[in-house]
Parts: sequence; C-alpha cells; structure tokens
Amino acid sequence: MRLGIGEVLGMSSLYALEKLHKVYDGRAVLAVDTLQVREGEMLALVGPSGTGKSTLLRLMNFLEAPTSGTLHYRAQDVTASAPLELRREVTTVFQRPLLLRGSVADNIAFGLRLRSAPVNGNVAHMLRRVGLANMAAAPARKLSGGEMQRVALARALVIEPRVLLLDEPTANLDPYNVSLIEDIVREQNKTRGVTVIVVTHNVFQAKRLAHRVGLLLNGQLVEIAETAAFFDSPQDPRTAAFARGEMVY
Amino acid sequence: MEEILAGLAHALRLIFSGDPALYEIIWLTLQVTGVALGLAILLGVPCGAALGLYRVRTRGLITVLLYTGMGLPPVVVGLFVYLILSRSGPLGTLSWLFTPYAMIVAQVIIAFPLTAGLTMTAVQGVDPALRLQARALGATGAQEVWTILTEARIGVVAAIVAAFGGIISEVGAVMLVGGNIEGKTRVLTTAIVLNTRTGDFDLAIALGLILLAIAFIINGGMLFLQRNALE
Repeated sequence: MRLGIGEVLGMSSLYALEKLHKVYDGRAVLAVDTLQVREGEMLALVGPSGTGKSTLLRLMNFLEAPTSGTLHYRAQDVTASAPLELRREVTTVFQRPLLLRGSVADNIAFGLRLRSAPVNGNVAHMLRRVGLANMAAAPARKLSGGEMQRVALARALVIEPRVLLLDEPTANLDPYNVSLIEDIVREQNKTRGVTVIVVTHNVFQAKRLAHRVGLLLNGQLVEIAETAAFFDSPQDPRTAAFARGEMVY
Repeated sequence: MEEILAGLAHALRLIFSGDPALYEIIWLTLQVTGVALGLAILLGVPCGAALGLYRVRTRGLITVLLYTGMGLPPVVVGLFVYLILSRSGPLGTLSWLFTPYAMIVAQVIIAFPLTAGLTMTAVQGVDPALRLQARALGATGAQEVWTILTEARIGVVAAIVAAFGGIISEVGAVMLVGGNIEGKTRVLTTAIVLNTRTGDFDLAIALGLILLAIAFIINGGMLFLQRNALE
C-alpha cells in the first residue's frame, strides 16, 4: 500500500517539498528535489545571491504557487494554494522592512487587526521586547534601518506564528541590531517553539542561529545537514568551499 | 472693479437674505454634485484599484481611454447623454432628459475617468512588495486591496478632489441635458451663465462667489483628510 506523504514523514515534519520547481518567464529559478522541515527547528538556507533562496521562502509562505512539484504543510497538500487558517500560521520578514504609513504601533498591530485580535497589550509587550517602547507613536518610516527591521520583526512575531521565515533579515544592519534580532529569534524558537527558516548569505549567522543548514546553488539544494556537520564535514565540495568562505556560484 | 465689489456685496446680501430661490439653487447644486461624486467614487475607485493591482491584458488601451476621458469636452458628453436620453434615444423611456438625473449621468461620465485614472496611478505608485508583505502577514484578498488603497490614500483623495472640481465647475453638459429650468434643474453654474447673458452681472458674480466658497470649503475638508493621511 502506498502511504500518504504525511504518514511517511510523521507529525514532526512541518514542510515536505518534492520536486519543487519554479519557472519565471521560461527561466528555471528553483528546482528542489526534496526538502523536509521539522517542526520547531531553525533552518538556515545559505548560498550566493540569485540562487532561489527568496523564491523558496515565498513558496513556503504560500505567496506564490510552484510551477511543478508538491508542497505539503502539516501533512496537507498546499501546492496550489493554502487555506487562510494555514496561511496565517506562517509569516515572513523580508530584507527590506516594508513598513506601512502610520506609527510604529500601527505597524506592529497590522497583523492583529487583520485577524480582529486584541491589539493594545500585545503591541505594548512586543514594543518592549524589541526595545522600542518609547517610540510607539513615532512615524514608522522615519526610523533608522535597524529600528525599522525591529518593527518588522515585532509585527511578524506579535501574531504568534508557527513558522517565521526570515529573508536576509539583518543584511546591512549594524552589529547591535543584528545581535538583538538574532536574540529575539532564538528566544522565540526556544520559548514558543517557533519554526524558523532563515535565508542568509552570511555563513556566520547560519552557524550562530541554525540547527540545520542547507546550501542552495542555481536553484538546487546541494546539501543539507546539521549545522556542525555542514561546516565541519561537508559532503559536497561546493559546500566545503562555501563554508570556507570561498567564492561559490 | 466696481462690478466685482458690487457683486461681492450682493453675494453677502443674497446669502443672508434667505432668498428661497437661491437656497434652492445651492441645494440642487450640492445634491447633484454630491450624488455624481459619490457614484464616480463608487465606480471609479474600485475600477482604478483593480487596474492598478491586477494584470489586465488591455490595461494599456484602458489607460489611454481613461486619460482621453480626463480631457473629454463636457459639451460632447452632454451631447452624448442628450442623444441617449432623448425621446428617440435608447434610454428615452426613462424620461430623464431635463431632470437632475440626466445632469448626474453626464457628470458621472465626466468624473469617472478622473477617479478611475488617478486612483490607478496612485495604486501603481505603492511599492508592490507591500502587497506581498500584507499577504505574508495573513491578509485576505480584500484586506490586501484595502491595505494598498490605504497606502495610496493621498493619491486617491487627490483623485476625488479632481473629480469634485470637474463636477462642481461643469456647465456645458448640465446646461444641455438639464436645460437650466428654474426650480427644477438650475444649478449655480447654469444660473451664472443665464445671469451673465441677461446682463445681471451683480447676481452672476454673487453666484460665482458662492460657488467658489462651496468649492473652497469642500476642498479644505479634503485637504484636511489628506493631511491626516500624511501624518
């Protein structure tokens, strides 16, 4: 008897991707043979720019449908589209903070308002957590880059997602903001069991944050392994080169 | 200059005289303008938002048509509506010609390209990634559209201001299809034309000043809305 993919993976697998392809205007940008993401893990996807990392995140946030292949989330086939209740379990913090007009508090409350959820206490708590308690009324788009990214992170976390997708969240930020954002992400993973998938081209960040690391090259997942194994005993020479900080493309 | 000053004095006297004929004209102007603007918003803003947000194969052609519509001569619109609503026209059975309904139809046709075209431009000016971010935060399709319209609200208010200006100052089309009938279809602009033609310049200036005052107050209100949107 052929088993369903959910049964094969067991309940601990949150995502299961099989032969997932994405083609834009005839150009293949993603061709992942297989990838499984465990519930509660922190997975880093590394690789040079333009290798399909962000595309993969968009597919995993159900923002786009793949051209072919299958995508399962919580044992449900969501390849074509995901129902709203599942969509609302997953959110993304993009490289650019993408804040809306209005105050810092308005921005953080955005996702709560979409869900008609209580705003005040949740927003105040999150403002304190990201160190912006005294800036609630400030115009969000007038903050510094690091502060804006903290607002974007707070806006994502206040809705208590099951999955947090981070697309180069600390690119171009100063060490203080990088450290603060990484601490918050780590804490959310530990205390709330949030599954985190972070896309980064920073191998040091992947090392600091992730339980597992995967290397994407030309849209293909070259290797994925526990963080220590990925860096200490890579199986693929390209992974070894990337881990050493050599130019890989 | 004397005529203008006399007109100003006359305007003030008229406003405070409680002349029912004047109030009737003002009231009808506000009614026709309000309903026409409301319909132009109801039809134009969603249409402009859809054109700005979704890939429509004929968007280029539609955009050219809308931009052409923005410069549509009102008398041509009036002529078109006249022919449609005249007894022998396709909608002649409605008997709307020389009624406020016909004036509203003409003004909606004049204002629609402004609300739709300028809303489309405003929506296209919003960073497309914001829409993706709204979806990533759990927005439904309708919530996404509302989010983008809210982001584009300064431009949307500008579209409404432009449409209001087009409607309240319009005279050619409403003259043709309304007929400037006293107590029935006479609005401020057509009353100004009539009084200018009959040489009653004081009254024409007075009516003009009242029209300007109404436009000033309503535009002031919309500017207030725009400023709120900016903050």
